[in-house]
Amino acid sequence: MPVSDFQPVIGLEVHAQLLTQSKIFCGCSTAFGAEPNRNTCPVCLGMPGVLPVLNERVVDFAIRTGLALECRVNAKSVWSRKNYFYPDLPKGYQITQYDLPICEHGKLLIDTPQGEKLIRVRRIHMEEDAGKSVHDAGGGQSLVDLNRAGVPLLEIVSEPDLRDADEAVEYLKALRDVLVYLGVNDGNLDEGSFRCDANVSVMPKGSSTYGQRCELKNLNSFRFVKQAIEYEISRQVDVIESGGKVDQETRLWDVNKGVSRSMRSKEDAHDYRYFPEPDLPPLHVTTEVIEAVGHALPELPRAKLQRFVSQYGLPAYDARILTAERPLADFFEACALRYPDAKKLSNWFLGELLRLLKEEGSTVSSVRFTPAQLAELLGAVDQGTVSANAGKDVLAEMFLTGRSAPDIIAEKGLAQVSDTGAIEAVVDDILAKNAGEIEKYRAGKKQVFGFFVGQVMRAMKGKGNPALVNELLKKKLGD
Amino acid sequence: MQLTDLTMLELAEKLAAGQVSSVEATRACLERIQRVDPKIRAFLRVDEAGALAAAEASDARRKAGTPASPLDGVPVGLKDLFLTEGLETTAGSRVLEGFVPPLDATVVRLLREAGLPLLGKLNLDEFAMGSSNESSAYFPTHNPWDVTRTPGGSSGGSAAAVAAREVFGALGTDTGGSIRQPAAFTNTVGLKPTYGRVSRYGVIAYASSLDQPGPMTRTVADAAALLQILAQHDPKDSTSAPVKTPDYSAALEQGVRGLKLGVPREYFAQGMEEEVEASVRAALREYERLGATLVDVSLPHTQYALATYYLIAPAEASSNLARYDGVRYGLRAKDARGLKELYSLTRERGFGPEVKRRIMLGTYALSAGYYDAYYLRAQKVRTLIREDFTRVFQDVDALVAPISPVAPFKLGEKVDDPLSMYLMDVYTLPCNLAGVPGLSVPCGFTKAGLPVGLQILGRAFDEALLLRIARAFEREHDFFRRLAPI
Repeated sequence: MPVSDFQPVIGLEVHAQLLTQSKIFCGCSTAFGAEPNRNTCPVCLGMPGVLPVLNERVVDFAIRTGLALECRVNAKSVWSRKNYFYPDLPKGYQITQYDLPICEHGKLLIDTPQGEKLIRVRRIHMEEDAGKSVHDAGGGQSLVDLNRAGVPLLEIVSEPDLRDADEAVEYLKALRDVLVYLGVNDGNLDEGSFRCDANVSVMPKGSSTYGQRCELKNLNSFRFVKQAIEYEISRQVDVIESGGKVDQETRLWDVNKGVSRSMRSKEDAHDYRYFPEPDLPPLHVTTEVIEAVGHALPELPRAKLQRFVSQYGLPAYDARILTAERPLADFFEACALRYPDAKKLSNWFLGELLRLLKEEGSTVSSVRFTPAQLAELLGAVDQGTVSANAGKDVLAEMFLTGRSAPDIIAEKGLAQVSDTGAIEAVVDDILAKNAGEIEKYRAGKKQVFGFFVGQVMRAMKGKGNPALVNELLKKKLGD
Repeated sequence: MQLTDLTMLELAEKLAAGQVSSVEATRACLERIQRVDPKIRAFLRVDEAGALAAAEASDARRKAGTPASPLDGVPVGLKDLFLTEGLETTAGSRVLEGFVPPLDATVVRLLREAGLPLLGKLNLDEFAMGSSNESSAYFPTHNPWDVTRTPGGSSGGSAAAVAAREVFGALGTDTGGSIRQPAAFTNTVGLKPTYGRVSRYGVIAYASSLDQPGPMTRTVADAAALLQILAQHDPKDSTSAPVKTPDYSAALEQGVRGLKLGVPREYFAQGMEEEVEASVRAALREYERLGATLVDVSLPHTQYALATYYLIAPAEASSNLARYDGVRYGLRAKDARGLKELYSLTRERGFGPEVKRRIMLGTYALSAGYYDAYYLRAQKVRTLIREDFTRVFQDVDALVAPISPVAPFKLGEKVDDPLSMYLMDVYTLPCNLAGVPGLSVPCGFTKAGLPVGLQILGRAFDEALLLRIARAFEREHDFFRRLAPI
């Protein structure tokens, strides 16, 4: 059977670092990039005798995420120990949630070529991150950095509802958008604050029995997620096609070679000996707390996109770009309050503002002008005080300096000339110098009109009111 | 009478009256340690400089009329399971040899704040796993009443030091009887508070859901005074109960008239030494004479406590002791090649046989495929044991029972027979599994002059009543006035 006769089945596990100031079970900072082992204390170093104390903020973030993904938030959840030996795991166990996680039975909508698709979220649980081992540190030694040990994580596990690599990537992007919108995660795949493992299996099309699954690790970009899943699907199909059996194993994606290799087989799988964490009582969450978190929940990406379409009458394309990040959407809305033509505003955002931000490598939060100042500029363009083209230069200057549009227009002399007499003089001059072109125009070569407009504008250094220039040219040319 | 023969409160009274200084009391202890400890071996480490500095500070406070607590200046000792900042703490294990903690346990901090000079660290069974102090990686401690015998365990060093008047009091920990049994073996008072009453922060963990620190003293009133300092809610321990601290001494002398004391029939099983049973029975009659009503009660799941304990405690221990891997502190097998060998050599050399036995037991009980049959089943039985206590405490105010089926046994006698050693704990384990408080008070001696203790068990957070019941007996029979012949 060719690949097309097989149905891939994919489930994803996401580990998202939470944007809390301090670690999950101690007061150490979670800041990234500190000197190794600087952000540590006896608790996250796993000293004898020390005990964990839960950071309540982590629970708040978990509930927030659970509600955003329409999960059931469990009134009682239980901490467990996951036992294994590794040098970057100071206690010899990770405190996590196992039997009873804080959130279950959620869902997330994604877009597919066939339309919207609902992906079920099986569970969300809280846990602590491990530290980082640095191998090949020289002298045959490995070094351990425990700054990350105890940084709070949410593990978000989907049901195996995804059917190809593109859906997997769509799900991850949608999930990341939600987490970033909620302010619980920075969505950074490179730095590993948003990590993904994929469980992949294939089965003959039409079958209802899932095939043996393999777990893929080290997928630290959307591109690698897609590549690794596609590679894995064809690898499994090849195995089955050649009469073999897919083995349950964990495979590591090799970014450089574009292949995955086996990391450990089922036989080497750890027995984590989970048991309830005796140092932490079960976590009880009241209905009042859940409701309070629910009330404080921000508008989520999908809802915001739909509202931008309905409220502002924007095309879905525009709305998607404008709502991709919450600060951009907020800035747009602040401007829209002061400038009524949302589509025109959107054009300025998409065409100019995003380009300026990209060139500067910054985000909307660092924009130096206010929504009122942008509205002022767009009003000036509408009123013809400045041409649309010159307006772009004004915006670029506002972007650099934060100065107001009128100041810049005045200083740079960019004000549009709408004085009929002045324009007429230039038009007459241009026509007088180009008798030959006039002939061509009158002979029916109407493109030449653009030539005259260009000549007039050039002579006026772009400041001529285009509508007036057009009008006068047409009159003089006898149209 | 020597200074060291005083009880804590007697010394405190003299300190308050200016008749003696804390430095004098501390020096008296240090001298006595020097003289008798070679025979007892209660101390792993004596902190002479630290204790004297604290004593001087205490004397200054007393002189200024600003004592930090009623026990300000009374020197005590610590089981070597409590972290002491800057002072080596080993848990009686080679794996922590040379480990100098960067912090004080919460209870150590509370003692320091209350002004008690800390004389040093006392011997124990390795990681508190044992009932005779013989699993200490360093040396066994001897019973001051008969140096050929065990002082019990695992807080044997604490009990022996108190009984030998090397310290005025001590802290122990009790996971399955480790305060009460050594107290019974040494004619001292030991109190295991309600689980959650005293902070476990900075106490090296053996079995987290069972461990509980508590006072070990010569008198009931001393235990009450020491508990008064220790029993504080601690935000650093999430299992510490946010319960107000009552005045433990207030009702001490109110007697037992009108109280209903349950006598659990399962605690008088066959195999108890006759003289031990006789002493305990005599104590029960004494309570009747003092006006209490004895009620025959049943705790039907007692017979499963031993099996339950030896699944839950080792399971937790197997996880708690995973951190001793040679990577960050303590022993490290420097000759190891590779990570796996670093782990295996460090742990092979660092842990003694009893610790290894319990790690293996616990690892097995938690393993995939066995978890339900062992750990989970044990947790269910634990619930039944807890319910036994809840039920009887609807009818009676407290329970009175033996601590140990035997009097102190010879050192070496049971070392090669772990099962019979485990059986020593049969009457003390249920209390830990249920989380309720338990107290051991001296109730007599065998003909050979070996101490026997009486156990009093109560409702959660009812320590004040246990102390009052114990005091009623102590007032009539002041066995504490008998001093160990050392």
